[in-house]
Amino acid sequence: MSIPFASDAWIKALQAELNQSQSYQESARNWEGDFYFVITLEGGAPPVYLYMDLWHGECRDAYAVENPGALSPEFVIEAPFATWRKVVEKKLDPIQGLVMHRLKLKGPLIKVLQAPMAAMNLVQCCTHIDTEWPSAEMVPAGLAV
Amino acid sequence: MWYFNSPQIVFGEDALCRLEELHGRQAFIVTDANVQHLKLDQRVQQRLERAGIPSVVYAGVEPDPCLDTVRSIAAAMTEAKPDWIIGLGGGSCLDAAKAAWLLYERPDVDPAAINPFDTFGLRAKARLIAIPTTSGTGSEATWAVVLTSCEEQRKLALGARELLPDIAIVDPALVASLPPAVTADTGLDALTHAIEGYTSTWRNDFSDGLCLKAVQLVFDYLPRAFHNGGDVEAREHMHNAAAIAGLGFGNSMTGLAHAMGHALGARLHTPHGRAVGLCLPYTIAFVARIEPDRYDDLARVLRLNVDEAGQGAAALIAALGRLQQALCEPASLAELPLTRQSFEEHLPHMLANAECDSDLVTSPRVPDHDQLQRLFECAFEGKPVDF
Repeated sequence: MSIPFASDAWIKALQAELNQSQSYQESARNWEGDFYFVITLEGGAPPVYLYMDLWHGECRDAYAVENPGALSPEFVIEAPFATWRKVVEKKLDPIQGLVMHRLKLKGPLIKVLQAPMAAMNLVQCCTHIDTEWPSAEMVPAGLAV
Repeated sequence: MWYFNSPQIVFGEDALCRLEELHGRQAFIVTDANVQHLKLDQRVQQRLERAGIPSVVYAGVEPDPCLDTVRSIAAAMTEAKPDWIIGLGGGSCLDAAKAAWLLYERPDVDPAAINPFDTFGLRAKARLIAIPTTSGTGSEATWAVVLTSCEEQRKLALGARELLPDIAIVDPALVASLPPAVTADTGLDALTHAIEGYTSTWRNDFSDGLCLKAVQLVFDYLPRAFHNGGDVEAREHMHNAAAIAGLGFGNSMTGLAHAMGHALGARLHTPHGRAVGLCLPYTIAFVARIEPDRYDDLARVLRLNVDEAGQGAAALIAALGRLQQALCEPASLAELPLTRQSFEEHLPHMLANAECDSDLVTSPRVPDHDQLQRLFECAFEGKPVDF
């Protein structure tokens, strides 16, 4: 069954994919750091925040966030809905997206630059999820927090 | 959406005269002891004098410059207050000049954090000229920087779009006395840039033609430049080839041979071009198993004998083998030479470093840990890659 993108169920599905991916676990074995993935929306709707706690190849926690101010993760990656879709569907290399400022990254960049394979494998895991793509305007309503 | 970046490239005989047209008040030359020994820095200073620009020389760049060297150069720049910075030398000097320039403009930045995602606001204090004295690095035409973390014994493949030099001066007179071994090593670097730039996942219509032309020039002229350093025509074409390859891969990135080569160089201190050139045939065989078409193109450009689609990689690997032999270059790590015991001691570190190398991102096929280990094993033994 397909899962709506940017929903709590979707980020939990990604957590499950990561935790059963040997490639991800291997490439991220030295990684320590949690993330906000921020999906900005058209029409003035508030952005969607997804949280992931990634620790030594394991995704320890993942959920859609109702109150973004309650957490202060080490990294924040922000992009419009359409850009995220391209990344998840592997039509846009996320590193290339960051270089072109189509995705904006806040946090210690050195750590990200030293973990290119972990980033690639994480995106690879996204593609394994049977994702349902609502229109950008519909995303907030589709969230099942 | 993607950009194509290029400096103003001044090439050919007397290209160095471009310096006489500069306007400015103070130049700072970043170079090494070898360039100084050859008095190439004096040639640059004389041209600058004609433009009425005084200059100071920092000749302390070591091969594979470390972060502390970059900080020292930036401190000297801060004292000299240049409005022109000139990188003069091989890749190490050009990369050190780029990184030190960034620190001169932005002392708050950690050189290891130079990255293509941030905007640094360069050119408030100075602009950059790159003058290569080897034919290989291509750094004169790219925004890439390779520095070494001496503590971690690891090469850092960094870069920022703003670090693209304003002017690249590609004067063949500066490579006339390049020794044969350096000619071969650096020439293989140019070739690896061109081949990986053509096969990278970030390849594009603008970089493709440059990479193909550079491959052709290297195969045509590198053996001549190696066997007869006085062959002016070969020297000039090789110097152009390196800049053209730089322009190509600078806009499409490199790949797996660079990730492995950086790991090798940082541990064994193998010259960069020799390291990446040695890894190249193995990585071609590995990548071609899932993406053979681009190697067919390369084989066609080189007029190699290929009867069927998908055979280009094998023909290219064979041609590389012949080229390596003609250049007296090692075809395996064992030929470096490196003992089995030493290889096994270094292997875990090389694996860890290659896995963290940002050049992996643009390889069409990214190896997992075991595959990377097998690639290093094949490169050590000179064994064909069949996985």
